[in-house]
Amino acid sequence: MTGSVAASRAPSAAVMTTLQAVGVQRAAWLLLAFPLAGAVILLFGGKRTNGWGHLLGVAMPVAAFGYGVVAFAAMLGYPASQRGRDLTMFRWIDVGQFHVNLGLQLDPLSISFVLLVTGVGSLIHIFAVGYMADDPERRRFFGYMNLFLAAMLLLVLADNYLALYAGWEGVGLASYLLIGFWQYKPAAATAAKKAFIANRVGDAGLSLAIMLMFATFGTVSFTGVFHAAHTASQPEVTALGLLLLLGACGKSAQLPLQSWLLDAMEGPTPVSALIHAATMVTAGVYLIVRSSPIFNLSTDARLAVTIVGAATLLFGAIIGCAKDDIKKALAGSTMSQIGYMMLAAGLGPAGYVFAIAHLLAHGFFKAGLFLGAGSVKHEMNDEVDMRRFGGLRKIMPVTFVTFLFGYLAIIGVPPFSGFFTKDGIIEVAFDKGGTSGFILGCAALLGAGITAFYMTRVMFMTFAGQRRWEDDAHPHEAPAVMTVPMVLLAVGSLGAGAFLILGSRFGDFLAPVTGTAPPSKGLFTVPGLAALVLVVIGVGIAWAMYGRREIPVTAPAGGFVTVAARKDLYGDAINESVLMRPGQWLTRLSVYADNRGVDGIVNTLAATMGGTSGRLRRMQTGFVRSYALSMFVGAVLLVGALLLVKL
Amino acid sequence: MTHPVVLAAGAAATTQSIAFWVLAIGSVGAALGMVLARKAVHCAMLLAFVMLTLAIMYAMQGAPFLAFVQVIVYTGAVLMLFLFVLMIVGVTSADSVTETIKGQRLAAGLAGIGLLVLLSLVVGQAVIGPAAPGGPNFGSANVGAIAALIFTTYVFPFEVTSALLITAALGAMVLAHRERTSPRPTQRDLSIRRMTGGRPAPLPGPGTYARHNAVDMPAMLPDGSAARLSVSAVMGVRAVSGITIAGLDELAVPQAPALGETPAAGDTGDTGDTSGPAAGTGGQEER
Amino acid sequence: MISPAHYVALAVILFVIGAVGVLVRRNAIVIFMCVELMLNAVNLAFVAFARLHGNLDGQVIAFFVMVVAASEVVVGLAILTSIFRTRKSASVDDANLLKY
Repeated sequence: MTGSVAASRAPSAAVMTTLQAVGVQRAAWLLLAFPLAGAVILLFGGKRTNGWGHLLGVAMPVAAFGYGVVAFAAMLGYPASQRGRDLTMFRWIDVGQFHVNLGLQLDPLSISFVLLVTGVGSLIHIFAVGYMADDPERRRFFGYMNLFLAAMLLLVLADNYLALYAGWEGVGLASYLLIGFWQYKPAAATAAKKAFIANRVGDAGLSLAIMLMFATFGTVSFTGVFHAAHTASQPEVTALGLLLLLGACGKSAQLPLQSWLLDAMEGPTPVSALIHAATMVTAGVYLIVRSSPIFNLSTDARLAVTIVGAATLLFGAIIGCAKDDIKKALAGSTMSQIGYMMLAAGLGPAGYVFAIAHLLAHGFFKAGLFLGAGSVKHEMNDEVDMRRFGGLRKIMPVTFVTFLFGYLAIIGVPPFSGFFTKDGIIEVAFDKGGTSGFILGCAALLGAGITAFYMTRVMFMTFAGQRRWEDDAHPHEAPAVMTVPMVLLAVGSLGAGAFLILGSRFGDFLAPVTGTAPPSKGLFTVPGLAALVLVVIGVGIAWAMYGRREIPVTAPAGGFVTVAARKDLYGDAINESVLMRPGQWLTRLSVYADNRGVDGIVNTLAATMGGTSGRLRRMQTGFVRSYALSMFVGAVLLVGALLLVKL
Repeated sequence: MTHPVVLAAGAAATTQSIAFWVLAIGSVGAALGMVLARKAVHCAMLLAFVMLTLAIMYAMQGAPFLAFVQVIVYTGAVLMLFLFVLMIVGVTSADSVTETIKGQRLAAGLAGIGLLVLLSLVVGQAVIGPAAPGGPNFGSANVGAIAALIFTTYVFPFEVTSALLITAALGAMVLAHRERTSPRPTQRDLSIRRMTGGRPAPLPGPGTYARHNAVDMPAMLPDGSAARLSVSAVMGVRAVSGITIAGLDELAVPQAPALGETPAAGDTGDTGDTSGPAAGTGGQEER
Repeated sequence: MISPAHYVALAVILFVIGAVGVLVRRNAIVIFMCVELMLNAVNLAFVAFARLHGNLDGQVIAFFVMVVAASEVVVGLAILTSIFRTRKSASVDDANLLKY
């Protein structure tokens, strides 16, 4: 294992040394405590807390955000090499040689996520107060949302893989509870189950990775694993990388575990915004970036990551083009954007910064887009079919403008945030060099064009054109409690990208964790301009198809690609035929083998016993003389035996 | 005194061998006959013959005490007990020849031959030498010597055996005892039964004729038929005098059966039997 | 010259005849009598061996066998009569309630 290979590789320079947390950062456990307390109070308090439950549910993320800002400020006060701080709370597992602490690690990567999760999370919580105002179960909703926040914060703050896994499972649970929040809807229950099961497949990969880590390194803490990573052999590191990728695919809805994300839109819109756009689905990217020392050592694993990312970004984009449900179109877009992040994360230290930056920017604009969709849905009597929207621009101006900001950000129009981050990813892809770099870059460019197309389609179908409403729809602008968060998110959509990327601000910030990125080549490079051209073409085609012509109320029969995209590019069909049917056959085979084989053996045994005893029974004739005969014969045999012995 | 047959040492060899061979063949033949005889009484008689031959053989081997005990106790008491029980159970209860259990006779025969072969091998293997020189213990002093042995070496088994005998006697009494399920009918009950039963007069006694055993001989009714009621029910079952009764019935004029009397059975005409009472009856009628 | 071996051989023959008789006869009393035959054969063997060894232990044992046989006959026949009283049949084949 270790041994001869060890001398050939030096430890990666990107492994950060962590110091002990001091000062105000010692209270980092508050980040977990606030939402967890909120969840416990709301869920165990029951109906008594219905009156003020939503207020508590909002207060907790806001409090966590407040502390997050304080901790961030404290971190900025340290020099760059000392920004990694570890806070060990207690010894969690102590078995033989397996020791695991429950500790929190505050370093640039985790604090970025903390701010994103708590900040965007607080805004979405505030939005949910208004969105779920008519729902009698609102208190339970906030309980679950707080539970989710607690788990997500544990995930990003953990200082070892096992605690990360605990948070990982926690967000999976919260996702299940929230997708199936409206339990009376069979579609919601099924979607929740599907999400959980698809996640489980990925979780198997992650748990195998953790086991492999323990077997190889003897520890699962970040510092331990990263410092010892160079001692492992190449196949081990590649295996670790691939298993971690599998885990990330499950959580981030990448190929091949992507089928659950579109069904997850059955949950309430704040759930879609928070969990399935901004935070949970990005946990996979976090995992890969956090495990960068491992991925840096294995080119094969990184290649796998980039392939998965590139494939998924095209996959999601094509699906998004054919969906008439606004939330499902946005879900396809989420899948595609996370594909971009994966692609970037797979490109090594050059791409990590752009991956995280795009993640943060995506958190803002995708949450904004989802909240806008939620606002529209709320006003249109929970209608989500875009063919029944139209002409909402004048009626819901605030929603329209915030949605527009998000739209411009996602398609990558400067100076909105998507331009900086997405173009950076395209550039890094081309910079990889060789055929793989060229193919990846072209895929990313194509994806940018398709993104522009389907997002423009969404805009035209929803806000422009004629009103194709149902008869009982009377939309007006959403209440303030819903519009204010959308406005704040729109600000982020506008400025986040520029803020992070210009001047390598974020790159320098993250450098201690991810390694120094090569210097940027400026804003307007060839790939960037090519991307802009494709964006314009995409917008143009969408305008020609949906802006100028009338949009039919019933979906027209499409060509082969359209039909395929409406069916999620046959993702469900493939899952069924590859996994479900063989599983069912296996079950039936086992049942058959059990019935015929195992039961057959047992029944044959019983029948043999019964038959034999039935035959032996006939020896009991009841006649004394036959008994006497058998005794006599026995005595004769005995005498014969004695005779033999004596002889 | 010398007892030529009893004292083994002094007895002539030829006397002994003749006696042995005759007795041996006789006893084996009697034993075979006992196993094969159909009537149980014949079996008992043949067994008595075997026991007597064995008593003589004991005597030949210098065990006079045992010889006499064999005759007195075994043949005289035990076998007679067998005969008594045979009388109670039914002297004519003969086994049918056919065997009810399939393969029983064959298997018994084979097993018997097998045992015979094995035991012959055993006896053949064992080295049985000539008789030890007989002393007074095998002759005149036999009783005293046996007594000495019984009351010294074997006194404990002796005591136990006596306890066994007492227990056996008690057991026999208990087993043969009939528990009364109803109170014993008093004389009053019996006479009430008789008056209301349709037969106030006592049953007729058995007839007595010169040639036959009286108790099983039926009395004759005025019309010449045999009175079934005059013969005890037990004997009626056995029908020892079946021939006589059949002969009588053949000569009798059939009458309506009297009260409580079953019609005489067995019209097996045996007209050849004109002896005794039949002839007497015919003679009387012809007069 | 008649040696004890002859007597033992005779005893063997009588014993086997008695054993076969037990298996073949159906009348309970006749079976009993065959058992008595077997016992007598054994007695003969004992006496022959007593003559062989020159001491009287065999005869004493034969004596005890007779006593025990007597008491056994008493009890056995008592049982037989009480069975006969209820069943009115002396055939051993009629007591087949242990049949399967």
